[in-house]
Amino acid sequence: MTELWFWFIEIVSSGLLVIGGLCVLIGGIGVLRMPDLYARMHASSLTDTMATLALFSGLMLQAGLTLATVKLFAIMVFLLLTGPTATYALANAALNAGLKPTGGPIDQTKLDQTKKDSV
Amino acid sequence: MIFAVISVAILVTMVLAVARAIKGPSLYDRVLAVNMFGTKTALLLAVVAFLFGREDFLDLALAYALINVVGVLAVLEFFESRTASERESAND
Repeated sequence: MTELWFWFIEIVSSGLLVIGGLCVLIGGIGVLRMPDLYARMHASSLTDTMATLALFSGLMLQAGLTLATVKLFAIMVFLLLTGPTATYALANAALNAGLKPTGGPIDQTKLDQTKKDSV
Repeated sequence: MIFAVISVAILVTMVLAVARAIKGPSLYDRVLAVNMFGTKTALLLAVVAFLFGREDFLDLALAYALINVVGVLAVLEFFESRTASERESAND
């Protein structure tokens, strides 16, 4: 019975680790390919919060009830608190310097025209 | 085995962040890329701690996360004061 429990923990933690790895890769590709600074901030904050949650939850499940779990929990709480703060400070500094969000190459006037035609 | 795969994934993301730091047209792109590099370093240290079986690396991850956030905020403060002084000298 305990062996089944160990296998279950291992499968769940491996799944969480794979989800964390995928989030990190998706965020990295997004930072490289997004057209605007503020869109890149979205991609970077995805790696900050989602990958931290998934990766550290997976690692905590594998560590069991030891001191390493407490340390991992402390690192996770700290990264979750300071990641969005740094993103906000960066966006605030960019707006104060005058970098307006243009939103990339989507043409907004063409979107409004198609809405009027469908009505 | 899973830890090695995840470490390679985090390393690839760090290379992509450095590519954005080299390519990014404005200053804030580069600060964003360096901040992302720092947080990925903390994640990589935590995964490598489990890969090598040494628990001491978790302390390094905590210390580096602290240093990274303070460094990014200091860099932003420095460039904000420089932008504010440039705007004052332009208005004069």
